[in-house]
Formats: sequence, C-alpha cells, structure tokens
Amino acid sequence: MKVLMFGWEFPPHISGGLGTACYGLTKGLSKIPNLDVTFVVPKAFGDEENDAVHLVGANDISVLKRNFTIEGFMRELNLIQVGVKLIPYLDPEEYKKQMFIKQQEVTHAYETENIGKLEFSGKYGANLFQEISNYALVASVLGAELDFDIIHAHDWLTYPAGIAAKLVSGKPLVIHVHATDFDRSGGNVNPQVFQIEKQGMQLADKIITVSNLTRRIVIEKYEIDPNKVITVYNAVEPVVIKENLTTDKPFNEKIVTFLGRITMQKGPEYFVEVANKVLKRMDNVRFVMAGSGDMMNKMIARAAKLKIMDKFHFTGFLNGDDVFRMFYMSDVYVMPSISEPFGISPLEAMQSNVPVIISNQSGVAEILNHAIKVDFWDVNAMADAIYGILNYPALHTMFTKHGKIEVEGLKWETSALKVKEVYDMVYN
Amino acid sequence: MKTICMYFQIHQPFRLKRYRFFDIGNDHYYYNDYTNESLLRKMADTSYLPASKALKQAIVENKGKFKIALSISGTTLDQFELYAPEVLESFQDLAKTGCVEFLGETDSHSLVSLANKEEFAKQVKIHREKIKKYFNEEPTVFRNTELIYSDQIGNDVLEMGFEAMLTEGAKHILGWKSPDFLYCSAANPRLKLLLRNFKLSDDIAFKFSNKNWSEYPLTAEKYKYWLDQLDPKEENVNLFFDFEAMGGRQHASTGILNFIKHLPQVILHDNRYSFSTPSEIIKNQQPIAPVSMEYPISWADEERDITAWLGNDMQSEAFNKLYSLRELVNQCVDQKIQIDWKYLQNSDHFYYMSTKFFTGGSNPLHSNPFGSPYEAFINYMNILSDFSIRIQDAVNLKKYNDVDELRKILHEKDQLIAKYQGELSKSQLKKAKAVTKPKVEKKTNNKPDTKNSKEEVLSII
Repeated sequence: MKVLMFGWEFPPHISGGLGTACYGLTKGLSKIPNLDVTFVVPKAFGDEENDAVHLVGANDISVLKRNFTIEGFMRELNLIQVGVKLIPYLDPEEYKKQMFIKQQEVTHAYETENIGKLEFSGKYGANLFQEISNYALVASVLGAELDFDIIHAHDWLTYPAGIAAKLVSGKPLVIHVHATDFDRSGGNVNPQVFQIEKQGMQLADKIITVSNLTRRIVIEKYEIDPNKVITVYNAVEPVVIKENLTTDKPFNEKIVTFLGRITMQKGPEYFVEVANKVLKRMDNVRFVMAGSGDMMNKMIARAAKLKIMDKFHFTGFLNGDDVFRMFYMSDVYVMPSISEPFGISPLEAMQSNVPVIISNQSGVAEILNHAIKVDFWDVNAMADAIYGILNYPALHTMFTKHGKIEVEGLKWETSALKVKEVYDMVYN
Repeated sequence: MKTICMYFQIHQPFRLKRYRFFDIGNDHYYYNDYTNESLLRKMADTSYLPASKALKQAIVENKGKFKIALSISGTTLDQFELYAPEVLESFQDLAKTGCVEFLGETDSHSLVSLANKEEFAKQVKIHREKIKKYFNEEPTVFRNTELIYSDQIGNDVLEMGFEAMLTEGAKHILGWKSPDFLYCSAANPRLKLLLRNFKLSDDIAFKFSNKNWSEYPLTAEKYKYWLDQLDPKEENVNLFFDFEAMGGRQHASTGILNFIKHLPQVILHDNRYSFSTPSEIIKNQQPIAPVSMEYPISWADEERDITAWLGNDMQSEAFNKLYSLRELVNQCVDQKIQIDWKYLQNSDHFYYMSTKFFTGGSNPLHSNPFGSPYEAFINYMNILSDFSIRIQDAVNLKKYNDVDELRKILHEKDQLIAKYQGELSKSQLKKAKAVTKPKVEKKTNNKPDTKNSKEEVLSII
C-alpha cells in the first residue's frame, strides 16, 4: 500500500505539536510492512538540502524530492518539499505579520540565489489562500505523476491539496484533524477557514480525529456523518533525558509551570489567576509561564496588577533542550487549555517525572489516568490540585511511579496501526 | 443436616464534601450533608425498609426457624437517627422476633484493626454500647470492616471478649478446604471462624439480576438444588453479603425481595436443613481445623486482600497521617473533635483513593463521589490538615486551661498564707507562746513551695 501524505515540518526543524505528531506517526507507519509513505511538506523559507532532487515544477513553484534517512525509521522516506509559504498554526490575520518577519530573517540568513528565489515566491505572500491553492496545484501535479493508493492530509492548510490529489487520481482521501478553527478561535471561526475545513471533511472518505473531543466538534459543528469519523489518539516519542540538563534548581522553592503558546486557546489567564490564589496561601512557590504568543503582554499586565510578579516569571519561547530543562525544574505542570484537541506537552512533562494537571477540555484527558483533571474555568479546583501536589508528598511519589509508565505505554506504533486500519477501510 | 447462616452488612459512610485548601483553618465542617441524606433516604426507601419487612415476614411465616445476623456500623446508626429514624424502628422490630443476632464491629467501619490495638478496642466498645442501646443485645461474634482478618486481629478480638469472627473463605488461604465448616484460628484456637461461601453468596448478591448469567433467572428452588449438590458432610453454608443487595444493588423489580422471602420456606421444607445465627453455630459445632492467616485478607476484589484501601502511596500516607494524630486526639475532650475523628476513619475514604480500577478491578458497590483517586486524596488531606490544626489548637488551649487552673490554686494559697499570717501576727501580739511556732514554720514552708511552682508554671507558659 502506498500513501501520499501531505504533512508538516520534518526534523530537524520542528516548532510545535503538529510537526511532532506528523513525525511520530510517519515513523510509526514506517514500521508497518508493505506500507510506503511519500511525504509532501511545504517548504517556505529555504534551507533545502543540497542533495535534493528537483522533481516537479508547476507555475514556477519549486518542488524538491529527496530520499530521507532518519534514525529510527525502518526504511528510507520519500520526502517532497514544495516551495510554498505555509507554516502550522496560521490564520489569515497572523499570516501577513509572520511573512514580514520571516522574510527579514531569511534575507539575513541566505545567499543571493536563495534570496532571489524567495523574492520570486514572495509575490504570493500577500494572500494565504493563494499559497494554499498553489500547494493544491502542486498536489494535483503530484497526484497525476506519482503512484499511490491513499491520500492522507494533515490539518486544514493541506486539505485543498488532498482534495486536488483525490480529484486528479480518484484515490481515497483520509484527512487527519489535529485541530479545528473552533479550537483555535474559541468559537469565532473565520468563515473562509471553516469553509476549507468543511469541504475537506465532506470530500474525505474517512476522517481521523486526535480525540473524541475533536470528533464531537467535527460531527456537531461541521455536520459530518459520525460513521466517517474515527478517533486515533496521538502518542509520544520516548525521550532520553540528557545528563547535562539535570542541573540542580538554583533555589529551594517549588516551581509550577505553564508551557505553550500564550494564546486564548491555551487558557493562560486561568494560570495567572490560579497562581494568585495559591500564592495567597503558601510562600515557597514560584510560577513560570514559558512560551510566547499574542496574549503574553496582557498576562504580564495582569500578573503585575495582582502584584505577584516577584513570584511569577515569563521565560519567552523555549526551544529543544530548554523545554526539558524547564520540565526538570518543575514540580507541577499545568495545562489549562480551553479547547485542546489532544495536547502532547503533558505527556512530555510526565516523561520527565513531572505531575500534570490538565483541563477536561483536552483530548489527552480522555486517555490519561495518572493526571489530575479539572475544568479550565475552575480555578479553585486547579489551585487546590497544585496545593495538594506541592504539600502532600505521596502524590508526587504516585505520579513519578505511575505517570511515566503510563506515558511509555502510548506508542506511535499503536497509533500507526489504528491509522492503518482506517486505510484498510477505504482501500478498494 | 446442614445449617444456613445468613448475615447482612449495613454500612453508610459520612461522605466528605469538596474541601479546598482555602478552607483549611476556616471551615471545620467536612461532610456532604446533601449526598449523605439523599443516599440514605434512597437506600431506606428501596432497600432497608422493604427488605427488613420481607425478612420479618419470612421469620414470622417460618415460625422462628428462619434466622439471620446483622451488623450495622455505628456511622450508619448515626445516619438512621439523623435521616431515617423509621429504619431504626424497623430493625428494632426485627430484633424483637428474637431471630436476629447483631454482630460487633468498629463503630466507624474503620481500618483501625490494622493501625492500633487500643484504638481498635475503644471503637469496638463504642459500637457494642450502641447495639446494646438500640437493640438490647450484647454481641459475642465479631465482624471486622469488609471482613478484614488476620491472626493478629483475631487475637485482639479474642481479648475483647468475642468468641468468634466472620471472614472471607478466601481460596488462596483455604486451598482445597471447604468454607462450609466451622474453623478456628491457628494462632489461638479459642477463636472460632466462620468463613463466607463466596460463590453462593455472590450468586445472590451480584449475579441475581444479570441476564447474561447462564443461570438467570435464579429461583429459590434452583438455589436449594445447588445446596443439595454440596458435599453432605459439610455442616454449614455461610451466606454473607451487603444488606443493600436486597432492593439496592438488585432492584426490587428484579424480584430479589420475593426470592429472599421465599428461599427460607423452600429450604426449611426439607428437614435436612436449618437456619442458624453465628453464635448458635459456634455453640453447636466443633471446629474442624485451624486456619492461619499471616497477612490480612478481606472480601474485596479477586485478590481478597486489603489493597483496595491500603494499596498505594496515597492511601498509606493518608492512613499514617490520620493515625499519627491519635495521641493528640485522645487529649482532646471536645465532642466535635471526637466525632470528626471517628467519621474520618471510615474505610470508604481510603477506598475512594484506590487506583485499582484503572487496571480493571472495580467494585460496583462503592461508586466514587470524586472524579479520580487523586482528587479524593487531595480532598481528604486538606480536611486532615484542618483537623490536625484544630487538634493542635485544642491541645494548646487545654494546656492554657491547665495553667489557669494552677494560677487559681496559687492565688488561693496566697490568700490562705495571708490569712494565716494575719492570724499569726494576731496571736503573737496576744501571747508569744511557743506552741504557735511550728505553725509558723509550716506556713512559711508553704510559701517558697508555691513560689517554686509559680516559676514552673511561668516556664511552662
């Protein structure tokens, strides 16, 4: 069985949960015999490998193909990079801003030849939907030229590409919903984005959702036939914690951590309120909000107004090892997300032996036993849980004993097998 | 000749309310009155009242040949008084037939038998007094919380004056042996043991209404037939289960009450059978063999051990923290503290912290009022924190009270000295007789003494 997959970032450059999920899933799929994945990724900002092979060009859009060997993969992966300016978690408003910043960065980083290419590509920059349709255009060329049995598209930006490939080839389309615009916007959906999402769901032969929470949204908000929608939970890559990260804490106080994009979807304001409540009752604790996002300034202002800034810290965006260093220092990890389709980061925290508190409005709450689950708005319950973990040592023991084992049981291989079952349903 | 021993457990805990850490030090009331009342009322209407009526009818119809044993925990009796006094009356009514034996247990259905011997004896005594008060009976047979038993517990119970104990006929203890005989404790053969026939008990208590069960529907005749199939040499069949199985877990519409009413008639129709209370069995039968249980067993789960209550770190921490307060609690006279101390020991609180159901071992009987064992633990520990603060305060207050007491004595003594000195100087004025001299010495001796004690007191403060 051959799968044409429209996905996102690939190592070494991974910026968020979506890239991590695509990578983990593909890795899991690579272990299933007789299943070949050709992975198509948008590649907006240069740094293409030199050994890449120019494969297809459509409308002056650069397309690069290379055979990719990654550690842990059972076989070589066919990776196709399409030169369109798409990155995950985009919405039309954010797009313009991002484009401006990224172009500046790139101008500094790359040689003339590359800059030329980018400027050439830059003429599409003004309109996100133009980029999406460019991606779809390439997809239709790929759909006609490549040999495959199933199309698999991850998240809304690639749905049009998936649809295009389906229309050209007549092969079944599976779309993978990692998030919907309802999660990202908190209800105020962008009608154009909604339209693309709905169209993708309607034209797909099967829809994979990352949790039952998302499955319900797909069924209720997008009015999709429940029989078409199947939940396959994400998993987490096993980590080896590096020795040099396990530095000792510089102070004796406990640390409670929020880690993620500081956007409405993640519920940062609840974390600030909870911090205020806990700090009123105990002193030897500090709160850390790690990450960046459009609500960061608002959060700083709120924390300052509550006069807790001496115990409340902002780290800005954390990358790679810093994430694990942060986990290592933490005593509690809190994810108060308002609407989280899945949420891989609590699993990463549990891998680092950190007890987690997650909101009931997250997909990951459906599969975790050894975590405290609260409603995101229930700041009293959240504060109580934090206080409990910090003050009653048995809880910490319980979480370190059972949490890690539980997370280790969530394997991408298992998720990949479930995805394979979905393929089998639509194949022939 | 076989005798059937039917015993029913009745227990309702005082469930705890949602208690946040903000409440520590501010709110000293821990119970969820609404849930406690509504659950007890529900049980009273669906189970306690109709089932006790059915049992009484069966006793009357069979002219006293049908006998049962009951054990009602102290917290349940308290709840009857609070929420459903008519249930208490209906059980008293049942007791008047003379065919009901009441068993002893810990007042708050606690795990104290695993913690502290003195406290264990104290709680059993309280329960004994309650049974005496309500039912005018003196329990001679003991049934520990959830049938928890070990050789050590057996010894403690024997010392409290009980002759026999009920426990589980756990397969891994009995091996090839049958539970259908009277046994005795290997550690001390004077203590007799009645073991539960879990198969025949669970057939009624759990499987009765299960339509997927191959034996469904269960009739009294079929059940009697099963009894006939047992080895004729076996002497007694112990059917122990929750009273709530009758009308509660097995709803009245399943026909359970008619089954219970009808069963004695069918069994007694055959004169090879009789019903006995536990104390009659120990009077009429000789133990067939000793049984040794080094580690505690219970009637819970497949393992029949105590891991449902003390199986994980949270449960051990809560348990140890609770019983570490014992000595301080004993110094308190405050009635409210004593009541909370009792109710906080309910084994149910520990059951709610069990993580066993994550791996599939769930007991449909106890539904967890908390979302997860972690929440149950945090809630309990918050309450325990408040409780221990209260005890500390009460103990300190008592110390201060003691100081006040001493001050008062000092003050009285000072007054006395002043009075004597006054008398002394008077008499010295009148006549300087030597007789008074010793008196003077005595009085002056008194003074330094009191001064010393004053200093002592001050140093205490």
